[in-house]
Amino acid sequence: MSEIVKKFMYLNRKAPYGTIYAWESLEVVLIGAAFDQDVNLMFLDDGVFQLTKGQDTSGIGMKNFSPTYRTLGDYEVKNIYVDRDSLEARGLTQDDLVQIAWEDFETEEEIENIVQVIDSERARELMDEADVVFSF
Amino acid sequence: MPILHTVNKSPFERDSLDSCLKFAQGGASLLLIEDGVYAALAGTAAEPKIKAALDNLKVYVLGPDFKARGFSDERLIEGISVVDYAGFVDLAAEHDKVQAWL
Repeated sequence: MSEIVKKFMYLNRKAPYGTIYAWESLEVVLIGAAFDQDVNLMFLDDGVFQLTKGQDTSGIGMKNFSPTYRTLGDYEVKNIYVDRDSLEARGLTQDDLVQIAWEDFETEEEIENIVQVIDSERARELMDEADVVFSF
Repeated sequence: MPILHTVNKSPFERDSLDSCLKFAQGGASLLLIEDGVYAALAGTAAEPKIKAALDNLKVYVLGPDFKARGFSDERLIEGISVVDYAGFVDLAAEHDKVQAWL
């Protein structure tokens, strides 16, 4: 495995299902996580709709990929950020979003929900700190 | 019956809804489909546009698309009617033509 670990920021700005961006992003996130990189996800603008609870695609003949977000903690993804302004403009609160648990299997450290709602100043800092930003 | 307008883009990302509402004649119908269904969600920044439109237009949302995105009918702006695919076909047949705002 590579010794160089980079801080990857996956920037998600598209709603799910209407376009393929959300699903493609999730695929690339899982690849990044498999290569032991420092994976960070940020959801802003319509990207916040990717995390809504209760998605049910049985009526539209498309795969419901939303359960995969809840497994991200198992891929050692620990940092998931959601822009507060984007949520508010869309009439959403954190209660409308899935919860994603994380556990370190060696230390047994547990975090009940790694989805953090943040303000734009924090988002700006996080983008600045990233080595690479992947845009979807 | 006049025109059935369809909007399939998010009102937060594109101006399809704005253009549709600007040009739609009173008495026409608006059907929100695909990412357009986010305009039907209550409590958003786009809600005033739909509320104003409801004075002149009949507004419908494609239920399966709304449900796919995680929302139940109680999250709809009041006055919007839910249709399924068969209802979509009925609307298309009842109106003189369908105008899609992509």
